[in-house]
Amino acid sequence: MTGAAPRGRAGTLQPGLEMRALVLTVNRLVWFVPTLLGLLVITFTISHIIPADPIAFIAGDNATAEQIAALKAKFGVDKPVPVQLWNYILGVAQGDFGISLYTQRPIAEDLIARLPATLELAFVAVILSGVIGIPLGVLAAVRRNSWLDHALRVFTVSGLAIAAFWFAILLQLLFAMKLGWTPLQGRVDGWGPDPVTGFYIVDSVLAGDLETLADVIGHMVLPAVTLSFPAMATIMRFTRAGVLDAINSNYVDYQLAMGVPRRVVVWRYVLRNALIGTVTQVGLVFGNLIANAVVVEAVFDWPGLGLYAVNSILQSDYNGIMGFTLIMGTVFIIVNLLVDISHGLIDPRETG
Amino acid sequence: MDDLLAVTGLTVGFATESGLARVLDQVDFRIGRGEIVGLVGESGCGKTTLARAILGVLPANSARISAGSIEFDGRDLLQEDPDALATDIRGRAITFVPQDPFSSFNPVFTIGRQIEELMKWKSPDAEPGSGPRRYARARRSSDLERVLELLRIVQLPDPEALLRKYPHEVSGGQRQRLMIAMALLPEPKLIIADEPTTALDVTIQAQILKLLRRLAAERGVSVLFTTHDLGTAYEICDRMTVMYAGQDVESAPSDSFFTEPRHIYTVRLLQSLPSRDHGIRGIPGQVPDLTAPPPGCRFHPRCDAASALCRQTRPDPSDVGAGHVARCWHPAQGEGTP
Repeated sequence: MTGAAPRGRAGTLQPGLEMRALVLTVNRLVWFVPTLLGLLVITFTISHIIPADPIAFIAGDNATAEQIAALKAKFGVDKPVPVQLWNYILGVAQGDFGISLYTQRPIAEDLIARLPATLELAFVAVILSGVIGIPLGVLAAVRRNSWLDHALRVFTVSGLAIAAFWFAILLQLLFAMKLGWTPLQGRVDGWGPDPVTGFYIVDSVLAGDLETLADVIGHMVLPAVTLSFPAMATIMRFTRAGVLDAINSNYVDYQLAMGVPRRVVVWRYVLRNALIGTVTQVGLVFGNLIANAVVVEAVFDWPGLGLYAVNSILQSDYNGIMGFTLIMGTVFIIVNLLVDISHGLIDPRETG
Repeated sequence: MDDLLAVTGLTVGFATESGLARVLDQVDFRIGRGEIVGLVGESGCGKTTLARAILGVLPANSARISAGSIEFDGRDLLQEDPDALATDIRGRAITFVPQDPFSSFNPVFTIGRQIEELMKWKSPDAEPGSGPRRYARARRSSDLERVLELLRIVQLPDPEALLRKYPHEVSGGQRQRLMIAMALLPEPKLIIADEPTTALDVTIQAQILKLLRRLAAERGVSVLFTTHDLGTAYEICDRMTVMYAGQDVESAPSDSFFTEPRHIYTVRLLQSLPSRDHGIRGIPGQVPDLTAPPPGCRFHPRCDAASALCRQTRPDPSDVGAGHVARCWHPAQGEGTP
């Protein structure tokens, strides 16, 4: 190739594409704070209008009026609700999410300690759904109306219809109790690898500890499969629809009429077009995944944010619930920012 | 004359909801070497089906080829192994210019990437057979030279920059020039151009057609050009074949086609062209339903010369002049010149 020659490789970026990604990122970041603020206000309002009295819960039945007043002052709930909201926002802006009414520890510390466990589970589940869901979606489209397509349709409908907690228990019964192939629950036996990233898989690889790695993966399998099942179904459905759409297009007709091999056309060209729709779904799928994580973590006793959220809800711990919602909202916004950026990279027609 | 392509008795049906549509009925069609042949007829007359049958890209699940042969350069394409057709006929010996240059490029890849993929498989330097596993560096750079040269020949400005662009950044006329360049790149013997200019502005149509005609003539490439526009066909074709409702009715050199049409359908078709004398004049009646076509000559229900013979038997082709063939029991005699 000569120096100035165009290189039609996959990695070639159209001039200006990086620029567009940058504009898109800045645009989304500008909206990040107002979005989070809105989320915060909504969560705060909802958790303060529910008829629950966490102070009474902490104080117990025999507390005197003075003791209750002291507790209220300690947690700042003696002030009017708008003032509480304002104080909460000020605190969050400084990284202070308040103190857990239940554990009496700062919420921020609790959340940060538990975030990696949930993120690791969620990432593994998303990767699993993509790696399995996308090729199966393509196969279903390419062999449309074959027995394979029908079988996969049953699979996707089940994935969307089956409740995660039930499926989780089913997997536990079969693989942990009956067959004994996997641990029943938990994240690791013993202490786990030395914390570097907080992701046990990464950490045990970094430590070169294969025994722990195997143990960590063993614990991961059932919750990750449970969590990825509905996500996989969604990804498969959208990939199938996208591939069908692209396969009936004129550009595929043209390439086939010019004798470019069908497998090249499908796996190299059609798939890229189909993924535009799928990638958009990944952002939404991730939201569902987080919601499901709460339940799945509870079933598998997974020491992540979901379990923390369940406990917070059971204890009417406002600060815990709000902290969980905020941090998950942040993760969701970031994931969707990444989705938007990759969208722009896949589809050159997209403008920031 | 040694024909490059000879379609004989080709019969194709499509499975539809309302039964088998007899889309091609024993069609004869031929193209000489270096000849530009227009395949004309109304929408739904089967011209696109014939073009796609020659390319071997009829929809596999609905189309049935029940009779006939497609002889191309000494090979019967209908008897060939489908894989062999894909590797050394389609995109090599026979290339394709699509109808709609807007949607025939994949929107998410650069033009350069799409041409490169084509050349990887279909370059004249590519080894025949199963195709490359790797695209050798030497061939890639010689192919690139070839591409740039041809883009200049089809008068595309700044080819290097063009290859880095995405399809939506390029005008329709330029895209169709690209399609023509891509059709010429594999150095084919036959180009099938399926209504290549209907999606373009009238002013650009003429440029594209002249370009296609000039390049085909210079390189001795035959062209099958389908169109419903007789004026367009006259501009570039050496010879025309007319189809009506899945049957070929007449084939003639362009000049005698317009001056001495013989099949009554051709006569009426030419009379239906808008003219200063009589305005627009339609042909009475309707195109038949192809799931239950009329027997014999399918034009007979609309033909004022139709006899009992026309209703029973379809005529074989008969010579009615130099290189002029019509399938009509009662050919017109020098009438009907518009």
